[in-house]
Amino acid sequence: MYEIVAREDFSDQTFLLEVRHPMLAKAAQAGQFVITQSHEHGERIPLTIADFSKENGTITLVIQAVGKTTKEMQADCQVGASLFAMVGPMGIPSHISEDVKKVVLVGGGLGVAPIFPQLRAFKEKGAYVIAIIGFRNKELIFWDDKYKQYCDEYIVCTDDGSAGIHGLVTQGIEQVISKHDDIDELIAIGPPIMMKFCAETTRPHQLKTIVSLNPLMVDGTGMCGGCRVKVGGKMKFGCVEGPDFDGHQVDFDELMNRLGRFKADEKIALENWQKHRENCRLMNTEPEE
Amino acid sequence: MADKEKKQKRRTIKNIAKERTAMPEQPPLIRATNFEEVALGYTEENAVREAQRCILCPKPRCRNGCPVDIDITGFIAKIDEKDYRAAYDILSDATLLPAICGRVCPQEDQCEGVCAIGKKLEPVAIGRLERWIGDMAIENNWFQVPEITPNGKKIAIVGSGPAGLACAADMAKAGCDVTIFEALHKPGGVLRYGIPEFRLPNYVIDAELANLEKLGVKIECNVLVGRLFTIEQLRTEMGYDAVFIGVGAGYPTFMGIPGESLNGVLSANELLTRCNLMHAADESYDTPLGIGNKIAVIGSGNTAMDAMRVSLRVGAEHVYCVYRRTREESPARVEEIHHAIEEGVDFHWLTTPLEILDDGEGRVRAMRCIKNELGEPDDSGRRRPVPIEGSEFEFEVDRVVYAIGTNANPVIGQTSDIEMNKWGYIDTDETLHTSIEGVFAGGDIVTGAATVILAMGAGRKAAEGMKVYLGLEDSEEDAKAE
Repeated sequence: MYEIVAREDFSDQTFLLEVRHPMLAKAAQAGQFVITQSHEHGERIPLTIADFSKENGTITLVIQAVGKTTKEMQADCQVGASLFAMVGPMGIPSHISEDVKKVVLVGGGLGVAPIFPQLRAFKEKGAYVIAIIGFRNKELIFWDDKYKQYCDEYIVCTDDGSAGIHGLVTQGIEQVISKHDDIDELIAIGPPIMMKFCAETTRPHQLKTIVSLNPLMVDGTGMCGGCRVKVGGKMKFGCVEGPDFDGHQVDFDELMNRLGRFKADEKIALENWQKHRENCRLMNTEPEE
Repeated sequence: MADKEKKQKRRTIKNIAKERTAMPEQPPLIRATNFEEVALGYTEENAVREAQRCILCPKPRCRNGCPVDIDITGFIAKIDEKDYRAAYDILSDATLLPAICGRVCPQEDQCEGVCAIGKKLEPVAIGRLERWIGDMAIENNWFQVPEITPNGKKIAIVGSGPAGLACAADMAKAGCDVTIFEALHKPGGVLRYGIPEFRLPNYVIDAELANLEKLGVKIECNVLVGRLFTIEQLRTEMGYDAVFIGVGAGYPTFMGIPGESLNGVLSANELLTRCNLMHAADESYDTPLGIGNKIAVIGSGNTAMDAMRVSLRVGAEHVYCVYRRTREESPARVEEIHHAIEEGVDFHWLTTPLEILDDGEGRVRAMRCIKNELGEPDDSGRRRPVPIEGSEFEFEVDRVVYAIGTNANPVIGQTSDIEMNKWGYIDTDETLHTSIEGVFAGGDIVTGAATVILAMGAGRKAAEGMKVYLGLEDSEEDAKAE
C-alpha cells in the first residue's frame, strides 16, 4: 500500500497527490510515468510523474478527474489513505542533453504538471528555458511560482484571455519562435490534439519536437500491446519504447482514435458509478433527516 | 515364497488396463458459458485404477522426460499403495507446484511421451495423477516445511513466473534468504495473467505460492526491476549474493498487415490479462473488456486456444480460429484443440490474413484472408503453406486477436549491460550464468517462448548453478572427481 501524504485541489477537476514511495522517488527521472491502481478492483492507469522528491521520499501526481476511475480517486484519495498499487518509474527517461542550450517546454491540460520535471532538469543542466503553459482560464492556473522559479521566460496562454496570451499554446510557440532563432528543442505534453498542433506549428521551422504520449495500457511492462502507437510508420509500444517520441513522426489521428477505444464502456462505467454514489448519499442522509 | 508372490503380482503390458482412465469433464456447451474448470480431476477410484496401469519400470524413461526430474514411478507406486501422503512427499521433493504442473504441462511431449507402455497402449496418465495428488495436498494442507539451515546468502529473483518460482523454491530449501520481485500487483507471472481460470484456477496458484512463502520466500509485487533499480544495483548496493532473471518473453507480436491499429485489434496477451489478472468479465471490477460478437483469433498455439475459449465464455457469438497451416501442424496441445472444437470454435485452417478492414469509424468491420495449400516442408519440418491465387475472401468480424507468438521483454536489456543475442534474449553459459557475475537467467528470456514446465526446469537448473557459484554445493563434475 502506498500512502497519500499530501493533496491539493487546483480546481473542481484537477487535483494533486503526493504519494510516499522512497525507492521510486530515488529512481524517478524526468519523463517517466507510474501505473496506479487505487483499489483492488480498480483499473491500472498510467500517470506521468509530475514531481519527485528524493528528500521526502515522495512522488507527485496531478490527476484530471474525467472518468470513473479518476473521479473516484478524486473522491476517495484523501491524505492518510493509500493506493492499492503503484509501480514505476516506467518508460524510457527523457533525454536531457547538455547540447540543448535553449529549450521550449509546452504544457497544456493534463500536460501542465508532467512537463515540470523536464523543465527543472534542463534548467539544472544550464539551458535557457522557456515555458509555454496553457489553461482554459485564469482560475485554473496552478504552479505559477514553481514554473517561474525555473524559467527564463514563462508564457501563459488562456482560452478566454483572462490571463496571458488570449489563445492556444500554438500562438505562444509562434511568438517564441519569431523571437528566438536558436531554439534547439521543443517538448510538448498535453492532450493529443494539442501535441499534434504543436508538432504542426514547429514542422515548417524544422524545430526538433518531442511529445510524451499517454496511450491506453494495462500492464505498462511491454506485455499487452494495448499502447501501440505508430511513429514514422512503425509500430511502437508507448510503455517500453516511449513515452517520448519525435512529434513530427507520430500518427496522432491514429492515437486519438485508439484513445477512444473504450468510450462506450467508460461512459456506462461513469454513469453507473455516479448513480451508485448518489444512492449511497441518499441512504446515508435519510436516517438523519 | 514372498519373491514368488511378488513375481506373480508384477504388472506387465499384458495384464494392465488397455485404456487410460478418462478425466471427468464439464459438458462442452455448459462449460463454454462459465469459467469453472473444464477438467474436473480424478476421483480416488480413478486415480488408483490409473496408477495400476504403471508397470513401474526399473529404469523409467518418464523421469528423464520430466524437465524437473520428478521420481514419477516412485509417486505412482505410492498411489497404488494408497499412501497418498507419501506420494505427495516424493512429488514435492522436485516440485512445489504439482497441482499447477499436473494441469498445464504438455505431458504428451514429456513423461507420457516416453512412457514404456505408450508404444502399444495409451501411456499412463501421469499428469492427471500428479494433479490429483497436488489437489489433495492443497485440500489437506499437506505441505510441510523441510528443515532448513540458513546460510546467510541473499538471493533476488526477478519475475514470479514459473522459472522464478522454481528457482526460488530450490534456493530457499538450500537455506538462502530469497526475495522475488514481480512487476504486476499479483504474483504468478504467466500462470496468473496468461492461463485462464478454467484451465488453472487462481486458488491453485495461491495455494502453491503460499507453500513457497512457508519456505521463507518473500514476494514483493509492484516492483519493475530495471526501472526501480537495476540488475547491477541488486548485486552491488543492495547486497544480493546472486540474482536470477526469469522475466519471460511476453512482448506480443503482430503481422504488420494493414488495419492492425484499428480499435478491436488486440493481442491475446491483452485479452487474457484483462480477463485473468484484471477480472474484466466480472462486473465488480473496473477494467473494461470490450469483447465483441464475432472474434477472429489468429494463430493455433495454446495461447490462441485460451483466447478463443475465453472469448466464448465472455459471450462472443462466434469465434473463429485463423491459421495458415492445418490442425496437424498446430503448435497447441492436442487436448486444447479438441476442447476448443468441442466448445464450438470455428476453425479456418490453411488461411492467412491479408488485411483488417475499417468500419469507417476506426473500428474493425471484417477481415480479408487468402486460402493456402500445403507445399514442401520448411526448416521446421512442417509443410509450408502456399497461397492459392485468387482464393481471397472476406468475412465479418468485430475483433481480431493476435496469438502468433511473443518476443523478449526489452526492459532488462534497456537498463543493464547484460549480454544478449540480437533478438534480445539473454546469453548464458551451460550453468545459466549470464555475462554479469552472480547473475543467472532462465526460461523464456533465454530460450524464447516455450512452456511453463521448461521454464521451471530452467529455474531449477539455474538454482543448481547458483548453489555451485555460492559454494553451497560442488558442481557435478567436481562431485564425480571426488
